[in-house]
Amino acid sequence: MRRIISLIILAVIAVGFILTFSQIPFGKDKIDVANYYIKKGIEETGAVNIVTSVVLNYRGFDTLGEVTILFVAAIGLGTVLFVEKKVKEIASKSEDRSKRASLILRTGSHLLFPLILLFGAYVFVHGHLTPGGGFQGGAIIASGFLLMYLAFPKQSIDKKSFSVVESLGGLIFVGIGLLGLVFSGYFLTNFLPKGIPNTIFSAGIIPIIYIAVGLKIGFELTAIIDDLLGRSR
Amino acid sequence: MIFQLILIFIMIILAVAAVIFKDLINAVVTCAAVSLITSILFYFLQAPDVAMAEAAIGAGLTTAIFIIAIKKTERYEK
Repeated sequence: MRRIISLIILAVIAVGFILTFSQIPFGKDKIDVANYYIKKGIEETGAVNIVTSVVLNYRGFDTLGEVTILFVAAIGLGTVLFVEKKVKEIASKSEDRSKRASLILRTGSHLLFPLILLFGAYVFVHGHLTPGGGFQGGAIIASGFLLMYLAFPKQSIDKKSFSVVESLGGLIFVGIGLLGLVFSGYFLTNFLPKGIPNTIFSAGIIPIIYIAVGLKIGFELTAIIDDLLGRSR
Repeated sequence: MIFQLILIFIMIILAVAAVIFKDLINAVVTCAAVSLITSILFYFLQAPDVAMAEAAIGAGLTTAIFIIAIKKTERYEK
């Protein structure tokens, strides 16, 4: 009986999807919003990467919401795992966690870690010129820290300085938004000069916000990994 | 085009395998492979921004977080 009901429900959902998707003109030049962004994006925002101009200029407030969601998730994870850590600390004192990673992993991560950090920084600094941006660059930086965590089981990050940078990133984002409110009348308006497209000092507030977001996301994800491994002092 | 079809086919096989595997480490690795192929497909669909996010978060960080969780709980599905 349950199977028949679930089959019927699946069929209803499938019919709904088919009816919806048959209405959308795929691959045709009919979507007005996309056309507007492609034609006017560079001129209005100064960012060559149209995705970035949408994410941080046309829909900047949504991005602030996304950053907030990640921030709240990190706080929640830290809170939940903090209780467990107290119990674990007593248990872990007796067992010796002196396992070392292999030589290949240690040497390789020594060599790769600075390069990964550099690449992450490159991705979020050039967010308005090349594909990528704050979220991608931050994730790359966090994966570099993850490599270090795997290679050196005894060490951990300095949680306090990390949370300071993280909070500063969020503050810069909101502060620039408020400055836009002061200078141009709208929250997160581009109040700086747009400059010449294709150069690094262009697109007004976009590079500044992306640097802040990149640092914030990278250090936040690193803190999440640290919380999960339960290693910080 | 054929290359993309092959990738999609491999992706479906890996996704089914991730459900079937009883060893959760294997399942997580197949999930990471699905993410990697997804990011390649995003690149072919001319969405390099999404491809980068998918490769860094889907294939890198999520896999690590899953493996940490498995290490702290149980490796085999009952």
